[in-house]
Amino acid sequence: MADQDTTQYIVSTNPHAHSGASVQRIMLDVIIALVPALLLSFHYFGWHAVRLVTVCVVGCVVTEALCRKLMGRDLGIFDLSAVVTGLLLAFNLPPSLPSGMALVGCIFAIAIAKQLFGGIGYNPFNPALIGRVALLVSFPVAMTKWHAPLNAARWTALSWIDGTTTATPLGAVKTALATNQTCPVTWGNTSMLNYLLGNMSGCIGEVSALALILGGLYLLYRRCISWHIPVAYIGTVAIFAAILRIAQPDANMPVLFHLLSGGLMLGAIFMATDMVTSPLTKQGMLIFGVGCGLLTMIIRRWGGYPEGVSFAIILMNSITPLINRATRPRVFGRKRGTS
Amino acid sequence: MKAIPAKFKVNGGIHPAYHKELARDKAIENMPIPALLSVSMSQHLGAPANPIVKKGDSVLRGQLIGETAGFISAAVHAPSSGTVKAVSEAPTAMGTTAAIVVIEPDGEDTWIEGLEGIADWQSTAPKTLVEKIAAAGIAGMGGAGFPTHVKLSPPPDKPIDTLILNGAECEPYLTADHRLMIERADTIWVGCQIIRKILGATTVRIAIEDNKPEAIAAMEQAMANAEGDVGITVLKTEYPQGAEKQQIFATTGREVPSGKLPMDVGCVVENVGTTLAVWDAIVNGKPLTERVTTVTGHPVAEPRNVLNRIGTPYSDLLAFCGGLKGDVAKIISGGPMMGLAQPGLDATTTKTTSGLLFLAPQETQTFNSMPCIACGRCIEACPMYLVPAELSQMLEAEDYEAAEELNVLDCIECGCCAFACPAHRPLVQHMKQGKSKVMLKRRQAQKK
Repeated sequence: MADQDTTQYIVSTNPHAHSGASVQRIMLDVIIALVPALLLSFHYFGWHAVRLVTVCVVGCVVTEALCRKLMGRDLGIFDLSAVVTGLLLAFNLPPSLPSGMALVGCIFAIAIAKQLFGGIGYNPFNPALIGRVALLVSFPVAMTKWHAPLNAARWTALSWIDGTTTATPLGAVKTALATNQTCPVTWGNTSMLNYLLGNMSGCIGEVSALALILGGLYLLYRRCISWHIPVAYIGTVAIFAAILRIAQPDANMPVLFHLLSGGLMLGAIFMATDMVTSPLTKQGMLIFGVGCGLLTMIIRRWGGYPEGVSFAIILMNSITPLINRATRPRVFGRKRGTS
Repeated sequence: MKAIPAKFKVNGGIHPAYHKELARDKAIENMPIPALLSVSMSQHLGAPANPIVKKGDSVLRGQLIGETAGFISAAVHAPSSGTVKAVSEAPTAMGTTAAIVVIEPDGEDTWIEGLEGIADWQSTAPKTLVEKIAAAGIAGMGGAGFPTHVKLSPPPDKPIDTLILNGAECEPYLTADHRLMIERADTIWVGCQIIRKILGATTVRIAIEDNKPEAIAAMEQAMANAEGDVGITVLKTEYPQGAEKQQIFATTGREVPSGKLPMDVGCVVENVGTTLAVWDAIVNGKPLTERVTTVTGHPVAEPRNVLNRIGTPYSDLLAFCGGLKGDVAKIISGGPMMGLAQPGLDATTTKTTSGLLFLAPQETQTFNSMPCIACGRCIEACPMYLVPAELSQMLEAEDYEAAEELNVLDCIECGCCAFACPAHRPLVQHMKQGKSKVMLKRRQAQKK
């Protein structure tokens, strides 16, 4: 080693080895996990799904870059988190939503819910959900205008005819229960298959439970999420729905209907598991999941909105720091809670 | 006597790339005495020794050159015969400065006279044996280097019932203990019996990770006729199974309370290399003047397990292993998880130098730290059940009180959290800094 004297060796604190994990790789895994649902959204809603996904992804990434630039920081878009937010926001939008409104959602999600708090890692609420809820309260009509999947007309229907709107299954149930107190939606093997595949009206990315579960399994395999939040969340909804169904069969839908309709799968697998805004420990994740499940069912059954997943997760986000505090592990060699 | 799997398991841990194959099958080689030996008076944790020789003195191998300077301190002996060229200050591998005695060996390697072993150690009083070990300057050779005679002198109100021999060697790359167990199993077992007698421990467990089947087999054979409650505990290969408190739990199910020592739960843990040094001191009367260091890494021409004199310059160690065959970005004294990065090859070996590791540029990462994304992987990895995610944010905000409340002082700096962190946060750096600030604050509070 002739140049030993001139070589600069790296001197840093231990450890000198790393697992190779990175934020960027985690975000890439989430994007990969969203692909099945993405393809199905194209299948059902065609051009409009492509339009919304493009607007939201580009909108989120550009908003992020602009905010960072304004604040004099590095661009920060290469961690891919803005892409994930864009995809998730698009997945939470009805197919006919105008692009301009979707863009407003992007700005809310990234500029207000994320960068104003300090950027990645510092946002208390899931940015995509804040974007969605901001749109819901700002444009209530456009955000609740639903259409059945276009199928054959998916690439030709460039504008929507208002007369073709179809309520979401949850919306239909809510309206019917408010008037005549019996379940209006028929439920059998065919409808179950349709629900599983996503052949129903709803937000573009939430409709297919199967595609979302597939993505969830990939995330589990890649250890980007753990089972705790999805299982606790979906399990709580199932138990809650079962109790309601047994108590009042005429006024409540079956368990599977609750599991497969609305945004539950998208919420439980992709939104509630957002690392930044969910608890740190497994125990905390279980509490978080149960809380999301309870709030979702309470809103679905007794709330003003037909669906409660977004609100449930945002509400639980707000108590994540408290859950973290309450579920700190017992330190080795100490009694719980001592220092 | 059969090896049995460990019954208990501590939280966390990680599975780094081990790369033990580089040196695992290389028999221990005795390195020739280098041209100069620079013996640091700071060989371990605790107070450095006071040099008692001066420039120009002739010394013989095994002659005392550094006196203990306090309770937690160990004597230092000349690693070979020769002339003292200088007594000065020099940087240590730990990044501090300490007194150093530079010896130019005469090549004769003459032992000092009067060194005698205790052949009849079985019927010798423990106190006499411990004095012999103290005189031999033995300090824990696994890493931290706690003076062994202190460890073997528990107060009477803390009886020791279990002696654990640490052969886990959970640090990646390192194979020195592995080779010692394969090549010196019988001797290690005698050393173990000496320590057992000193402590009056009824139970003996040799803790070895299951990636070392040859070492397990060798120890099994050496202990074939052992009597009493003696056994090998096979640990699942997982870093940091060799950490003292974690190993005690894995082996016995006992949890050392925070701020306490293994003796508080009736245990003493000794590294296998230390055990060998104890044997040498008691049976042959020889002070600790050499140790096995694994010189390894992909850029090293011939990775080896080198028996070298204490005070051997790192550059000589590397030369003995054929020098380098590739570019080096990082030099580490010790293993990759807890070792100390070196600015060069100027430091010399001490009683705790278990490895000298060279990493190629592609094996070395320099990261830009990101904000914590609260993934929780550090919590899953932490063997002390801490919450590094929260601690690191508190320490970044210099909120030392909050960090103290979350038990930052319990951190063992094993590096599992930083290894797992996808945001590449310098978690160990935060912890080390936090610990020293909290300690400083406590000392200041005491003074008032």
